[in-house]
Amino acid sequence: MGNDALSAEVDLSHVDYHAVQKSPEFQELRRTHRSFVFPVLAACLVWYLAYVLLAVYAVEFMSTRVFGSINVAMLIGLAQVVTTFAVTMWYVRFANKHFDPQAERIRDEIESGVFFDKADEGVAN
Amino acid sequence: MLHLEAASSSPGNPWLNIGIFGAFVAITMVIVFRASRNNKTAADYYAAGRSFTGGQNGSAIAGDYLSAASFLGIVGAIAMNGYDGFLYSIGFLVAWLVALLLVAELLRNTGKFTMGDVLSFRLRQRPVRIAAAVTTLAVSFFYLLAQMAGAGGLVSLLLGIGDGVGQAVVITVVGGLMILYVLVGGMKGTTWVQIIKAVMLITGAGVMTVWVLAMNGFDFSALLDRAVEVAENPAILDPGLKYGVSELSKIDFLSLGLALVLGTAALPHVLMRFYTVPTAKEARKSVVWAIWLIGIFYVFTLVLGYGAAALVGPSVIAAAPGGPNSAAPLLAFALGGPLLLGLISAVAFATILAVVAGLTITAAASFAHDIYASVVKKGEPEPGAEVKVARRTVVIIGIVAIIGGIGANGQNIAFLVALAFAVAASANLPTIVYSLFWKRFTTKGALWSMYGGLISAIVLIAFSPVVSGSATSMLKTEAIDFAWFPLSNPGIISIPLAFFLGWLGTVLDKGTEDPAKQSEMEVRSLTGPGAEKATHH
Repeated sequence: MGNDALSAEVDLSHVDYHAVQKSPEFQELRRTHRSFVFPVLAACLVWYLAYVLLAVYAVEFMSTRVFGSINVAMLIGLAQVVTTFAVTMWYVRFANKHFDPQAERIRDEIESGVFFDKADEGVAN
Repeated sequence: MLHLEAASSSPGNPWLNIGIFGAFVAITMVIVFRASRNNKTAADYYAAGRSFTGGQNGSAIAGDYLSAASFLGIVGAIAMNGYDGFLYSIGFLVAWLVALLLVAELLRNTGKFTMGDVLSFRLRQRPVRIAAAVTTLAVSFFYLLAQMAGAGGLVSLLLGIGDGVGQAVVITVVGGLMILYVLVGGMKGTTWVQIIKAVMLITGAGVMTVWVLAMNGFDFSALLDRAVEVAENPAILDPGLKYGVSELSKIDFLSLGLALVLGTAALPHVLMRFYTVPTAKEARKSVVWAIWLIGIFYVFTLVLGYGAAALVGPSVIAAAPGGPNSAAPLLAFALGGPLLLGLISAVAFATILAVVAGLTITAAASFAHDIYASVVKKGEPEPGAEVKVARRTVVIIGIVAIIGGIGANGQNIAFLVALAFAVAASANLPTIVYSLFWKRFTTKGALWSMYGGLISAIVLIAFSPVVSGSATSMLKTEAIDFAWFPLSNPGIISIPLAFFLGWLGTVLDKGTEDPAKQSEMEVRSLTGPGAEKATHH
């Protein structure tokens, strides 16, 4: 029951999602998505973890004064903010350019009935 | 320099403070009333008819996320503990990348109203929905406690109400107002309160930041020198003042850092905001807006924290009613006198009110939608019954929050919120990630992970130094000591444990889930066919 969630204008109860999932277009989208999201997020988390570890175990290095009383810790902290902004913009550009057109194409096919049940033969494309 | 006469008196003018706050309440009430005229269906009440734009929703997310912990808590922590307080800001911000990259869009595409919708998509409805509602209620409760505790501290400072009974009365008034907003406004009204509050908070913090910098010739280094001079401690500029004292406190800090960065993407009230927009693309835009607003705000906290140390001084802050939580209002007083104090305090009140409203509607939606409509009524509630149950739940949660808030009055806010993050990251994150990305994941894995994560996090908190064993613990005495768990944040144990349990439960599960549902969820999460669009009236 509970997942009547997405019933909307189009009746999608006859869509063969397994066929969509197996289709090369979807596999391509899935690959594009995962090969961007996983490594980028992993890199960000490692960078953050490195910052936390430095703050705890390399206090002397972090306390080095760089400009006046501004020390390495503050600069690395602000660098975390900058990288967060940069990754955000990078992701948006990538998603707009690569995810959206692919997802839209598959969505249109689903909603126009290409993947309705018993239509498995027509899926190969 | 600032002088406080007695611990119970307010530095400002209590009537001015009440007046400014009253004006805020009056204006927002009018807006909430106007916004709520079209609240008819469950989609209107829980998801504001999915009619908000990415920019509006992004501001509302910032309004929901920048809680009293961020404003009062972090500024106070930096003023008192120096650099270590800033680490909260960074953790709270970087955490948004997890939400942006892994969760926001996929969630928008697969769910309807609550976290339970997504988690139970391809697993067994009943047990998973109940578990999701339980963890949602638990996380919201911890978060609510923190906000209400903040309200109590703020009140003692502003209105000069020092005694417990007076503060309890004010916490009750704040709780009552919050119930009214949510009952009347639903998600639409709540969202507007959050948008207004986000604008007020970021503007207020921005003005104070520029003011503090201007007083030091826009030389941040000179501000730091002044802070060191007033605090009489050069170590406030370096990490380690609070968490560097022992091996144990260092591990405690790692635990905190982990909870902060992994908690955001698992906070039910943040997840629910993704449903108020019409498409996954708008959900993406919302998160981007939110990241910009939140990031800029956290940079302000660095200046405000050291500004409070330089212009007010750690010893004055420590002695003030409300303790470290009063650093930001005291800084406002030092800069702009009673008027700025009144304005900034109204902003802080608005902050608490908006966050409490967001938490309450999330908890109520989860109970009414996941437990009542989906489990009790097996997905077929009578028309209008679900929203009615949600409204009643709002009142009950409001009363619980008031009682809890009176109990938690005086606790450190940023710290309490960090516990809510730890509980969220342990109880929810593994199941969210597994169900979106791991094909083989099963119901048993989900239940083990959610209950295992929730129980381990709460048990470890109960037996931590936060609750017992010292004069600064919740029990406020050294006589009772059952703190056998040495860390004050459980994340470093409970988060990996919950991930492990999710894996173990799945591997040991002899049954498998419906593969057709897995296909459907994966396809929908990435492409969003037929995702419920905006409703128009």
